[in-house]
Amino acid sequence: MYTAIVFLPLAGFLIAGIFGRQMGPRPAEVITTTFLMISALLSWVAFAQVGLGSAPATAPVLANWITSGTMKIDWALRIDTLTVVMLVVINTVSALVHLYSVGYMHEDPHRQRFFAYLSLFTFAMLMLVTADNLVQMFFGWEGVGLASYLLIGFWYEKPSANAAAIKAFVVNRVGDFGFALGIFMLFALTGSVSLDHIFAAAPGLAEKTVHVFGMDVNAMTMICLLLFMGAMGKSAQFLLHTWLPDAMEGPTPVSALIHAATMVTAGVFMVSRLSPLFETSPDALNIVIIFGATTAFFAATVGLVQNDIKRVIAYSTCSQLGYMFVACGAGAYNLAVFHLFTHAFFKALLFLGAGSVIHAMHHEQDMRRMGGLAKHIPITFWMMTIGTFALTGLPLTAGFFSKDAIIEAAFVAHRPAALYAFVMVVIAAGLTSFYSWRLVFLTFFGKERWAEDAHDAHGHDDHVHAVADDHAHDDHGHHKLEPHESPNVMLIPLYVLALGALFAGLLFKDYFIGDKMSAFWKQALFFGKDNKVLEEMHHVPAFVALVATYMMLIGLAVAVWFYIFSPDTPRKLAEQHRPLYLFFLNKWYFDELYDLIFVRPAFWLGRLFWKGGDGRIIDGLGPNGISARIDDLAGRVVKLQTGYIYHYAFAMMIGLAAIITWFMLGGVH
Amino acid sequence: MDIGLTHYLIVAAILFTTGVAGIIINHKNIIVILMSVEIILLAVNINMVAFSVYLGDLTGQVFSLLILTVAAAEAAIGLAILVTYFRNRGSIDVDDINTMKG
Repeated sequence: MYTAIVFLPLAGFLIAGIFGRQMGPRPAEVITTTFLMISALLSWVAFAQVGLGSAPATAPVLANWITSGTMKIDWALRIDTLTVVMLVVINTVSALVHLYSVGYMHEDPHRQRFFAYLSLFTFAMLMLVTADNLVQMFFGWEGVGLASYLLIGFWYEKPSANAAAIKAFVVNRVGDFGFALGIFMLFALTGSVSLDHIFAAAPGLAEKTVHVFGMDVNAMTMICLLLFMGAMGKSAQFLLHTWLPDAMEGPTPVSALIHAATMVTAGVFMVSRLSPLFETSPDALNIVIIFGATTAFFAATVGLVQNDIKRVIAYSTCSQLGYMFVACGAGAYNLAVFHLFTHAFFKALLFLGAGSVIHAMHHEQDMRRMGGLAKHIPITFWMMTIGTFALTGLPLTAGFFSKDAIIEAAFVAHRPAALYAFVMVVIAAGLTSFYSWRLVFLTFFGKERWAEDAHDAHGHDDHVHAVADDHAHDDHGHHKLEPHESPNVMLIPLYVLALGALFAGLLFKDYFIGDKMSAFWKQALFFGKDNKVLEEMHHVPAFVALVATYMMLIGLAVAVWFYIFSPDTPRKLAEQHRPLYLFFLNKWYFDELYDLIFVRPAFWLGRLFWKGGDGRIIDGLGPNGISARIDDLAGRVVKLQTGYIYHYAFAMMIGLAAIITWFMLGGVH
Repeated sequence: MDIGLTHYLIVAAILFTTGVAGIIINHKNIIVILMSVEIILLAVNINMVAFSVYLGDLTGQVFSLLILTVAAAEAAIGLAILVTYFRNRGSIDVDDINTMKG
């Protein structure tokens, strides 16, 4: 059964990818979606058996991969509670996104390719979460990176999509560099990459130091930080976050699947999976909590002022990932995974809802050109509202349980930076509420701003327009814009996810973080013996328990005031605090900074080697130089051929005379 | 004064040199070049006949007759080429004939 869960998406990918051209889009859609549905159902069965039931955790070996000296790497499927939680998240969201894409992509001529990539992504992600050794995890890690690259750049006619795909790939390489170094170092110290061996060896290495760059560093701290660097890249944490908002260039279902629900949570999964390592290094966890809190706050501030509906949700994702890392850093790995679980539902719901809005608006993504859509697309409106409720943490919805618990965990965490983290996540909770409601109000309430400039809307945003034109030139004419509700094939995934967003927290709270915790997790996560965060969480002061809800209400109130009662206020505020507004609008100028520090010098260096090194020195002295010299010589020799008979005759005479002279002077004996 | 072998050879040498000079120095007319070639052949013939008499061997004279025949044929072909060439290009000036120029 586990093999089927993991390899059905691969089968779907191979069938749709290899035979897609012959069999056309419809069979490709049906096959991949059906396989994913089966996979998702089986995942829930596995979840019930391993998580809720008492089926033992297993790690069946499928085949040997690499044997080299003492290193032995197998393909294996490690099935424990953490894995089955991830299986459920990945396959459920993926199956729903497949289904949704049937509707969303119905105008695209390359649907087979799209569905093949989606299945490939799912397979790679499943390999990642079922990995029993770090190398297989790295395989899945790179596999999802590749699929993400392919899907962001799916509309390859758009230059911006290509740029975003390359950016995502390159930024992820930075993180992967750290991840790979971490694996190397672990192998150097423990002589194995198998998880069980490493976990067994970790406590013994806790006090070991290594000599690096003239300093003695704690080995486990260094390993954990290197591994966390990989997690930062994949999970778009502060400093390596720049690719995630740009990744929104991809089709919206991709954003929902990869850049909200699954791939970006790989970092959180990895830290939780390697909890026995992280537990040995409080210093590393302190760094994790700092980065998590900073990301949560930073992304929330940027989300406040973005105008692209998908970018707002992207920054929201970034911010929520920060929350998860705060939970990891505090030592509450189960809490991080719980938030990952609930977040997958409501964030996928928000993204797919946004996709439904974009679909209704004929590929318009700018919220300033929306408004008043609630009565045109009521179902989408309600689904988005449910998602927003869950994200902002309305009591009893999914986000309420996981996010509030993280805030409590940050409060009781025994880390030097715990107070900083607590303040940051509390502020971020308020900001989250504000920008989420801002999105809803701007999109669904107020004046119908699209009505007056419907014609401009198509002309003004060139790249969006180009794509819309590419695969929509038939039924998306330039007549007056009429928002329309999406077809059922797109709404059904929304219903399912909405159920998850409403009830996932309530239903599974006890299992993930409550009384039935130890029976649920079994040995999947590791908590050090000093790690008492989970007990202390229940004894926080009342104000800490309630502060998240207060912040949520404040954010909601401000959003209502700004965007319903007094629509002029935001503009005035932006004008009064223009530098701050611009600072947020330009994402803290990170793109510009990186452009200056990394991109330009890299281009300069590349150009130097290209023009100077390769062009001038190697080609100049090598092939081009030799051929140029021969050309010169030939040019001169050619001049000897005058074409006049008497010149040839003269040359013959001279030659004859020379030969005769040579003979006569005794050249021949 | 006895006319000996040397004199014949000197005449032949003069004729040969004249022919060669005619080819090289002449810049006007391609017919002159043909004529120069004939002169060179005649110089060779004189040598042949002179040595044949001197050595008492008739083979040289037979060969000279053969060369005369070939030279006549060659002159005829050369003139025929010249005629067609003139039809095609409108000129048989040596200075105009340089299609082989590199």
